[in-house]
Amino acid sequence: MSSIKIRSKRKDGKTQIRTLIAHSMEHGRNRDPKTGRLIPAHFIQVLTVSFNDQIVITSHMAGSISKDPYFAFMLKGGEAGDKIKIAWVDNQGNTDSQEHVLK
Amino acid sequence: MSDNRRRFLKRSALIGAYSVAATAGLAAPKHSLAQWLTQNFTQGELDETLERLYTGMEILESDEIELKLPRIAENGAVVPITVSTSLTDVASIAILVEKNPVPLAATFKLSPLVEPIVSARLKMAETCDVIAIVKAGNTLYSNRQKVKVTIGGCGG
Repeated sequence: MSSIKIRSKRKDGKTQIRTLIAHSMEHGRNRDPKTGRLIPAHFIQVLTVSFNDQIVITSHMAGSISKDPYFAFMLKGGEAGDKIKIAWVDNQGNTDSQEHVLK
Repeated sequence: MSDNRRRFLKRSALIGAYSVAATAGLAAPKHSLAQWLTQNFTQGELDETLERLYTGMEILESDEIELKLPRIAENGAVVPITVSTSLTDVASIAILVEKNPVPLAATFKLSPLVEPIVSARLKMAETCDVIAIVKAGNTLYSNRQKVKVTIGGCGG
């Protein structure tokens, strides 16, 4: 299952995009309570939102974003059937992406 | 004798120019995304981070940026924030947390198809200001709000 959940809501000619991503977002300064060792940094670095195959938002981030990050954006326009795609890349090279069709 | 010296100086000047060009050429690919990310999302003071992000640019305080976030956060690990602005021609929005070890939390590059409003959730290590910086046209605007954190966000 994808790590990305996307919800959209069309209102007054605009479209709100909400996304919730399952990711630990470890910034590398926390210690494992059992072993006392540092938990290695593991966070999303780049997030892109595409609207009908055109990138409209590029976001860069690091460990100051909460675990399981949530973002909300507002698109100008948006019709039923338009495609939204959200993709991320983390600092360990993992990636994931998810597509969503507006209703 | 002095002729020799002149030639020597001329050549060394040339070599100097070459090596500068060569280093510049070598350094250019280093400005890749990965490099940019590690340079900006690094531990340090807020001022240094801003200087690296927006070298030499002036940042104007503006009331036209609206920050929606709690004045008191019970849990510093999850602090919801919404940044919106009535400024036009917005190119990017950056969110910074003043006293986090890594002050820069996130940057958003927005295309003209997107309204200048973003929501996210931040980690905050301690009570401090949260700063939003909006680049509209070629000017930087900022606004800040203090958030009191009762439990630190470093625990995750």
